[in-house]
Amino acid sequence: MTALFRTLYEGAFNIFEKPMRMLQYSLGAHRMAWVFLLPNLLIFGLFTYLPILLNIWYSTTGGDRILLGDRDWVGGDNFATLFDCGSYLDPNSCRRDLFWRAVHNTGWFVVLQVGFMILLSLIAALILNRTIPLKGFFRAVFFYPVLLSPVVVALIWKWILQRNGVLNAGMDWAGMGTVNWLLDPSWAFFWIVFVSIWANMGFYVLILLAGLQAIPGDVYEAAEMDGTPAWRRLVRITLPLLTPTLLVVMVLSLIRAVQAFDEIYVLTGGGPGSATTLLIQYIYDVGFATRPRQFGLAAAASLVMAGVLLVLTLLQLAATRKRAEEG
Amino acid sequence: MKKNIAISAFALLAASAAHGQELRFMCYQDGNECDVWADAFQTFEAENPGITVVVDVVPYQAILESLPVQLEVGEGPDLARVTDYGGLARFMLDARPFVEDADTIEARYGQSLAWARVGDNAADGIYNIVDQLTATGGFANQTLFEQAGVDMPEPGASWAEWAEASVAVQQATGVDFAMALDRTGHRFAAPAISYGAALFDESGEALVIDDGFRAFAEQFVNWHEDGTMARDVWAGAGGGTYQDAAAEFINANLVMYYSGSWQIGRFGRDIGDAFDWVATGGVCGPEACTGMPGGAGVVGFNHTEHPEAVGKLIGFVARDDVQAQVLAQTRNLPANAELQANGIDYQDVTPEVAAALTAFAASVPTFSDTAYALQGYQYNRAVFTSIPARLTQAIVGELSLDEALDRLHQDVADAIAEAR
Repeated sequence: MTALFRTLYEGAFNIFEKPMRMLQYSLGAHRMAWVFLLPNLLIFGLFTYLPILLNIWYSTTGGDRILLGDRDWVGGDNFATLFDCGSYLDPNSCRRDLFWRAVHNTGWFVVLQVGFMILLSLIAALILNRTIPLKGFFRAVFFYPVLLSPVVVALIWKWILQRNGVLNAGMDWAGMGTVNWLLDPSWAFFWIVFVSIWANMGFYVLILLAGLQAIPGDVYEAAEMDGTPAWRRLVRITLPLLTPTLLVVMVLSLIRAVQAFDEIYVLTGGGPGSATTLLIQYIYDVGFATRPRQFGLAAAASLVMAGVLLVLTLLQLAATRKRAEEG
Repeated sequence: MKKNIAISAFALLAASAAHGQELRFMCYQDGNECDVWADAFQTFEAENPGITVVVDVVPYQAILESLPVQLEVGEGPDLARVTDYGGLARFMLDARPFVEDADTIEARYGQSLAWARVGDNAADGIYNIVDQLTATGGFANQTLFEQAGVDMPEPGASWAEWAEASVAVQQATGVDFAMALDRTGHRFAAPAISYGAALFDESGEALVIDDGFRAFAEQFVNWHEDGTMARDVWAGAGGGTYQDAAAEFINANLVMYYSGSWQIGRFGRDIGDAFDWVATGGVCGPEACTGMPGGAGVVGFNHTEHPEAVGKLIGFVARDDVQAQVLAQTRNLPANAELQANGIDYQDVTPEVAAALTAFAASVPTFSDTAYALQGYQYNRAVFTSIPARLTQAIVGELSLDEALDRLHQDVADAIAEAR
């Protein structure tokens, strides 16, 4: 039986041997790498690079038609419209004020969400790295929200935060009165940051936990023998040795924060007003939700965002490379 | 023998391929419209041997988002049930050359036929047969009024009178909301016109922010500030997102709800005998008592390979007897003038639903020309989505009312310029 399988197995692979030999003979060995890369290059080309090129093309056209042949060439007009501002710090002075509100909201969201998420993830990882009861359970608790679909996360929190939701019912029961959490711009913004941290924190806790466990135990033993206090061990040993991991976590969370959309869209719809409208939602609204659809403007806005993401990705690459060199 | 059977089968298939015409009908339904049409098309198929109609039931979102993309690239169904006549007008087939009695159709559906006669479409073309006329209007929770001991405003009462009475009921009964209006410019337009908004300039372009528009916008924002209007509906979303308050009305959390006739079936089913409710009919402003017309209709598309068959089907859909039968089962309002005059014998409806249908049907003739003009305006979607986006900013304090109205005017102008 085993011999039969081996024969079939070898036979299946030998089918390719002759054609590949002929190919290598005709192309030369140094070009064979391209033959193996070709399937992946085709897939990436078709589903990644071609859409990018199309997006660039769309950003230079106007009108509400979908087919590029039916669209008018407008050059850089869409970018000029987006950047037509009295002051970039005051969205009201901009022609496309909603774009700049989205830029401002995204900026604040990234700063607050990433800042607090790294801090809380670090604290959680430090606690979970210690010998505590039910450690496995708590690790699962932190990671569980990561497994949930963003829409499910948003619906759960909507159920908690709405006018007659669980939170208000609890506050009412405690005699504290109720708050329209999602109808007040400041509270709505607070909650999108909070929910986003709750939903994504587990992933970063896991990475930081791996980073913490990679720190050699003998360093801590030596510090303990020298009588170094716990706080000093954290500042002088843990954090410096965890820095490369923290850097990766920061860049990854920055990229994900800039791309935030689904949870927020379901939770607040970008409202009240434009208080929780981030860049991706602006692009979606302009390109798909409003009529007539302004594909050119949406494409231009998405390229602006792609520029920001490119910078963040290059930072991540630099950080990873530095870590590899140090490691 | 086997050879003979195979040849016969092949000949039969070839013949049916040559003569059989299959029409694909993309259909969405608020209630049972597609199911009723599928039954009705059996009559059409019996009358027109060789033509079959396949009804593909899809969500409304597919009609809004997928259908335009399919049509843009020359694909998609032969016919569809749509609501965005202006946006899809350029893809529509003119059925006039294929229908038997174009003049009768013109006489019956003249007002709604105009909704698709935009852009390059012919001024006398027959593009759409509306099978579900909708009318915006109010609903009131009669039980709450009785519990509060407040008199319900009479038909023809003003928005101010309804606001005052609804707040009195809310305060007496302790329910969450006095009034609510669906979050869309379509619903906002009716009271704005009633307050005197002209909406269009001399050349027929929207959106003019005049004193009438500003007056209702100001009133609307003030009603949100003082709690008369349910803040959750408009402030609870961003951009042009549609949001209704039907669930609040069904849960008896809302005294007066301004929505439209398409809610009647849902209220009849979901409220049952939990409380008494009534359709208020038109609500008045200083200048008019209009609602907004609208509705779904059957249209054919010009990429079809069977224009004649599509035209025949449009003619069938327009027939008085077919419309009367379908409307009786779907419990919708007729766009057909003859049926509007004679009334529909709705089947198996409760007294409340029957009264509501009657009230909404009676309000249709009072709708203003401006309301019909807006419904038929090619770029009305730009108006409908921009109004909630900007007025919500004024409601939550992101913009002053003046800034919001300036932005609204500019948004609509930009969108129309982009489309052109």
